[in-house]
Amino acid sequence: MNKGPLLAAVLAGATVALVVVGTIWPVPSAAAWAGRGSLVHSSSTPEAAVANLGEEIRTNAWDKAYASFANKGEFTEQEFIHSVTGAYPSLLTYSLISDVETRPIHASDNEAQVDLKLHWATVVGTSARTFHLNVVKNGDQWQPDWPFVKEPAVPPQVIPVNYLRWDVIYRGPGDDWGAQDAEAPHVRIIDMHPVERADGVVILGELLNEDVVPAYVSVGATLLSKNQSPIATEDCFDKISHILLPKQTTPFLIKFPNVSLSQVGSIRMTPISTLVAASADPVVEISDEQLHPAPGASLTGQLINQSGQIVNVAHVLGTFYDKNGQVVWVADQYVDSALLPQIPVPFSIHIPEDLAKNVSTQRTVLATYSSGGSQ
Amino acid sequence: MKPRSSLLFACLGVAAIHLAFAQAERMSLPKAVEAGVGFSIQITGTGNAALYIVGPGQAIRRDVQLGQPAVFSSGSLYNAGHYLAVLAGSSFSETGSFDVIPASKPANLSFLAKPSRLPVGLHDGITGAVYVFDGYHNLIAAPTPVSFELSASSGAVQKHIVASHDGAAWTAMDSTAEQGSDKFVARVGDVSSTRVVGQVPGDPCGLKMSAKQDGKKIQLTTDPVRDCHGNAVPDGTIVTFTETYSGAQSTIDAPLKRGIAEAAMEARAGATFSVASGVVMGNQIGWAK
Repeated sequence: MNKGPLLAAVLAGATVALVVVGTIWPVPSAAAWAGRGSLVHSSSTPEAAVANLGEEIRTNAWDKAYASFANKGEFTEQEFIHSVTGAYPSLLTYSLISDVETRPIHASDNEAQVDLKLHWATVVGTSARTFHLNVVKNGDQWQPDWPFVKEPAVPPQVIPVNYLRWDVIYRGPGDDWGAQDAEAPHVRIIDMHPVERADGVVILGELLNEDVVPAYVSVGATLLSKNQSPIATEDCFDKISHILLPKQTTPFLIKFPNVSLSQVGSIRMTPISTLVAASADPVVEISDEQLHPAPGASLTGQLINQSGQIVNVAHVLGTFYDKNGQVVWVADQYVDSALLPQIPVPFSIHIPEDLAKNVSTQRTVLATYSSGGSQ
Repeated sequence: MKPRSSLLFACLGVAAIHLAFAQAERMSLPKAVEAGVGFSIQITGTGNAALYIVGPGQAIRRDVQLGQPAVFSSGSLYNAGHYLAVLAGSSFSETGSFDVIPASKPANLSFLAKPSRLPVGLHDGITGAVYVFDGYHNLIAAPTPVSFELSASSGAVQKHIVASHDGAAWTAMDSTAEQGSDKFVARVGDVSSTRVVGQVPGDPCGLKMSAKQDGKKIQLTTDPVRDCHGNAVPDGTIVTFTETYSGAQSTIDAPLKRGIAEAAMEARAGATFSVASGVVMGNQIGWAK
C-alpha cells in the first residue's frame, strides 16, 4: 500500500494546526518582534527592570520608558528621547535597534547597577551604545535611573562661512567631437601594501589628490596569479574617504576574502577619480588622538567641528604605520551622533590585537556628510 | 576531350576580347575625382542606358543616352572612397570603377588637446593631435603642414610645425613656469582650432607657518603658500596642522583662504606643531610656554 498521500495529508494538517495555534496563542517574544504585544515583564528584579526599559526603547514606547524612571523629574520625555537618538539627524536617525543586552554589575537590597547595551542596525553596519544604569527599589518594584546627560546646545548665532566651493560645468551634448571636457582630477597612490590575514588578503594604501580641484575617488584592485591570470577584483567600498579636496590624502583598504597571498603574483591597482562639486567647509579638528596598546588596542580621540554647519554623519579613518613608516592597518568608525559646532564628540577605532604591537604612529582623517549634500 | 577543351577556351577568349572591346567602346571613367568637384563620364554607342554609381554612403542612378557624356555637377559625389560605375543597357551591361579623393584644401580640423589642466613646469606635459578634413569631412591623407602654437598668458609662445601623416599630426609641448590659461591653437592654412589649457600651480614649496598665542589657543598661520615657481597655490588646497604632545596628537585639515591657511589649536607646554600639504612637509615649531 502506498502511504505517501496519507503522510502528506498528516503533514498538511499538522502545519495548519500549528499555524492556528501560533496565531491564537503566540509566543510572547514572537508577538513582540512582530509588533504585537511586548516583552515587558514585571520589574521584580533590577535586571528585569532594565530589560523592560530596553524593550520599550526598542519598540519606541517612549512614554512607557520615561514613566518607568525613578529620576524622571530631572528631565523631560523629549530630552530623554534626544539623549538616546540625538536631537539632530545622525546615523541613528536612519536605523533601528536590532538587539538589547543587559548585564548586571552590582546589586544590594535596595540598589543595583546594570548595563544596558543597545545595538543599532545602521546603513553602514551595527553600532552599539552602552548605558550604565543605577536601579533603585521602590516598594516591590525596581526602577532605573536614566543616566541623563544634558546634550550640549549651541546658542543661536550667525557664523559667517566664506570657504571655497567648487562647481563644475561638464561638456554638453552639443559640443564638437574633440572638444575638451573638464579634466578629471589627478590622483596618485602614494603607498600600497598587501597583507595576509586569517580571512584573506587585504590591500592597504594611501591615495593623494595632487590636483587643485576636488575629487570623488575610489580604488579598485585586481589580484593576478603568477601566470598573470586574474584571481579576483574588488574595490574599497567605504574603507576610504571618497571626497578629497586638493592635496588631501585618504587611506584605503581592499579586502579579498578567501585568497592567500602565496597565490598572488602581482596586483593591478586602479585609482578612480571624478570631478565633483564640493565645499571646503566644514573644518573639523581631530583632537587628543591617542594610541592605546593591547589588550583592547584602539585609537581614541575627539572630533570638534570648527565650522557653523552641523555634520550629521562623521566617518573617521585611521591609518596605522610601523616604525619604518609603512602602513600596517587601516580601520574606521562611523560616529553615531551629529557634530555640532565646537562640541567635542569622542571616537574610538579598534585595532586588531595582533597588529597593535607593530603600530608606531597613526594618521587620522575624517569624511563628513551633512544633510542636503555630502562633503 | 581535347577538341572540346580547345573549343571552350576559344569561346572564353572571344568573350573576353568582346568584353574588353565593349568596355573600351561604351564608358570612359576618370581615374580619380576630387570630392565635390563636377566631372563627366564619356559614353559611346547608340541608344539608351542607365548609369549607376555606387560608393561609400552614396548611390546615384542616371538615365543616359549613349554617345553623349554623362555630366555630374559639383557636389554630386562628396564622400571619398572607391566607387563602382555600372552602365546597363537593354542588351548589355558594363562596369568600371574610380576613386573620389578628398579635396586638397583643408576646411575642418579636429583638435584633441590633453590635458586641459596640468601643473606648471612639466616637460612635454601638453599633447595636441590634429586630424585634417576637407569641407565634406573627408580625412585629407596627403601630407599637410600643421602649425601648433601654445601662447601663455605672459606672452611666451611655443610653436611647432608638423607635417600630417595619413591625415593626423601631433606634438608635445612643455607647460610654462607661470600659472594661467594658455591658448593652444592648431592651424592649417587659414583654418584653425583653439583649445584652452589651464596651467595650475604645483606642490607647495617652502611651506612655513608661524605660531601666536591667543588665550588658551595657539593661532597657527602659514606664510602665503607658493609653489617652487612662485605661483600662489590656489585657495581650497588642504594644509594639515598637527600638534604632538605627550604621546597624543591633534590634527586639523584647513583649506587655504586668500593664500594662507590658519588653525587654532590647544596651547600645551612642550607641544610640537608641524604643517604639511599633500606630500610636502613644512616647518616645525616647539611650544615651551
